[in-house]
Amino acid sequence: MTLNQQRKFKTFLTGLFAWSVALVLFFPIFWMFITSFKTELQAISVPPALFFEPTLENYVEVQERSDYVKHALNSVITSFGSTILALIIAIPAAYSMAFFPGKRTKDILLWMLSTKMLPAVGVLMPIYLLSRDYGLLDTRAALVIIFTLMNLPIIVWMLFSYFKDLPKEILEAARMDGATPWDEIVKVVLPLSLGAISSTALLSIVLCWNEAFWSLNLTPSDAAPLTAMIASYSSPEGLFWAKLSAASTLACAPIVIFGWFCQKQLVQGLTFGAVK
Amino acid sequence: MKNLTKTTLACAVSLSAAMSAASALAETQITVATVNNGHMIEMQKLTPAFEKAHPDIKVKWVTLEENILRQNVTQDIANKSGLYDVMTIGMYEAPIWGDRGWLTPVDVSGSYDVDDILPSIRQGLSHEGTLYAAPFYGESSMVMYRKDLVKDAGMTVSDRDSWEHIRDVAAAVHNPDEGVYGICLRGKAGWGDNMALVTTIANSFGARWFDEDWKPQLESKEWKQAVNFYVDLVTKYGPPGSSSNSFNESLALFNEGRCGMWIDATIAASFVTDPAQSKVADQVGFAQSPISATEKGANWLWSWSLAIPAATKKAEAAQTFVRWATSKEYIELVGETNGWAAVPTGTRTSTYENAKFQKAAVFAEAELKAINSADPTDSTLKPSPYVGVQFAAIPEFQAIGTTAGQMISGALSGSMSVDQALKSANVSADRQMRRAKYY
Repeated sequence: MTLNQQRKFKTFLTGLFAWSVALVLFFPIFWMFITSFKTELQAISVPPALFFEPTLENYVEVQERSDYVKHALNSVITSFGSTILALIIAIPAAYSMAFFPGKRTKDILLWMLSTKMLPAVGVLMPIYLLSRDYGLLDTRAALVIIFTLMNLPIIVWMLFSYFKDLPKEILEAARMDGATPWDEIVKVVLPLSLGAISSTALLSIVLCWNEAFWSLNLTPSDAAPLTAMIASYSSPEGLFWAKLSAASTLACAPIVIFGWFCQKQLVQGLTFGAVK
Repeated sequence: MKNLTKTTLACAVSLSAAMSAASALAETQITVATVNNGHMIEMQKLTPAFEKAHPDIKVKWVTLEENILRQNVTQDIANKSGLYDVMTIGMYEAPIWGDRGWLTPVDVSGSYDVDDILPSIRQGLSHEGTLYAAPFYGESSMVMYRKDLVKDAGMTVSDRDSWEHIRDVAAAVHNPDEGVYGICLRGKAGWGDNMALVTTIANSFGARWFDEDWKPQLESKEWKQAVNFYVDLVTKYGPPGSSSNSFNESLALFNEGRCGMWIDATIAASFVTDPAQSKVADQVGFAQSPISATEKGANWLWSWSLAIPAATKKAEAAQTFVRWATSKEYIELVGETNGWAAVPTGTRTSTYENAKFQKAAVFAEAELKAINSADPTDSTLKPSPYVGVQFAAIPEFQAIGTTAGQMISGALSGSMSVDQALKSANVSADRQMRRAKYY
């Protein structure tokens, strides 16, 4: 085997492996999608029905029973709202820690990350009672606040990782020209970091969109996002897989399409700082 | 003239605003939290009929998965959050929450025929004679079996067969090479999952959860016999992976024609006899649950019911809705709208006396017999201090039952022996009861 052939074979193997992993990851979504076009009996049949007459009855049922637009709007408002709020807090925080690190900066960063290690259910009751006392139960504001707090550590970490790789000389030059810290952030750091900020924002939106625990506990009705809508299709007594798949497909569709268009930024966001 | 026009316009605007405000004030919106199952969804679809009859009340639905519903309504009622005006609760919660003063008693005055409610269901939803939740549909457990397979195997299934006979039938029809398993039973851990069934088996073997002093009895000879029998039966003649199966998994298997017998909730009868859902709809027979040492507690009793939290500020509108949704008239409305096979069953005597229902539901007689034979106040052979057939209606039971369910599910999957499972469950139950100061 020549060197060229060896290279081609290696590329082929890498491609095969990547495709296999991609197919394994994609399969549940594909299965959910085709199950949504089956009848309940076909959905549970063993061996699984691969060839069947597709039906839209599950989508009709979901449209009849649920106010999809309301739930989708709640998802959009809470995901985007909390991401914007988190960025407003995280950008100055990451800027100060990246460019003016103190003795305890690393400890603060680790402490922030450690809050992600606490199971959400551990703080359910205090947050539920606070929400009740401040009249926030079943409001979008409750989810925006919770999602902001939930994703803030990740956003700060991601932005910190990017900011600390920016050449400090650029900021020094700006300072020499009389720039204030505000000018440094707005006129230097932000334009240089737009890619990182947008990919961080995308990741935050995806995480908020998929969140279910707080949505189900704090906002089961008026402010319920799409995750709460999906949960309402699980049944203790009776077949529900086809209807649940239809509801899930409808809930996933906007974020999958959004992610498809933004995949370049998303991949960039997940890998920046990985290779230096 | 100009001033007159202005005055007239101002009056008209004020009057219109006042009328809108009055209309908004007159209309009461109630929020109903419910679980996602067929009967509840039908109720949602028929809500316009209620709103037409009561134009001053609007109904908003919150449908949740069973465990999430239980968690949400418990949070809501215990913290007096007031998110829900009507909530769907089970027979376990009704007497406990009624006792704590968390629920408003159901208004049974006037035309609401409370005496028509099946006695055992009414008893299970009451505390000290007061009805705290109105039953929407009720269920017991019974044997559903494939008449063709049992006949081909030269066997019979009858009411109150012995568990040993059921095991023999399971062995006779068991044919895994053809994808048919002798018996499908719940194995998934949970006080409302595997423990519902296992408790009825244990009851029939003469076991009880607690003695008269509230001491857990899970290590008793009767529990060991019952759980050993259950594990042996399911391991030998059940489908693979039974420790993960609950109602829906078994329903799917039965409807696919892969179970010779299935012992589970009577509500399943309407699914397995529905040709749109079941491949074996015309081959299903019914029998009362098997017994061993006693008939007591051999089949469970449960009801999904509508209750009104004491914290609601819209109690009057909530009462109106609950009375409508659990009335004889509502059952008739469902029967006339969706067919008599689709009516919510297990709540009222009049349903079973209705000729149209009897004709539509082949399982009616067996279901009524099962529900009537379950007595939550006398479900164990030896005396016990608790109310409930497949549970003990005390707040600590959820944790005790779930732990026991996990242990027994572990024994079924082979990760521990039955003796180890029962010992661990008993230790855990003992700890819970001591902490709660029962002794």
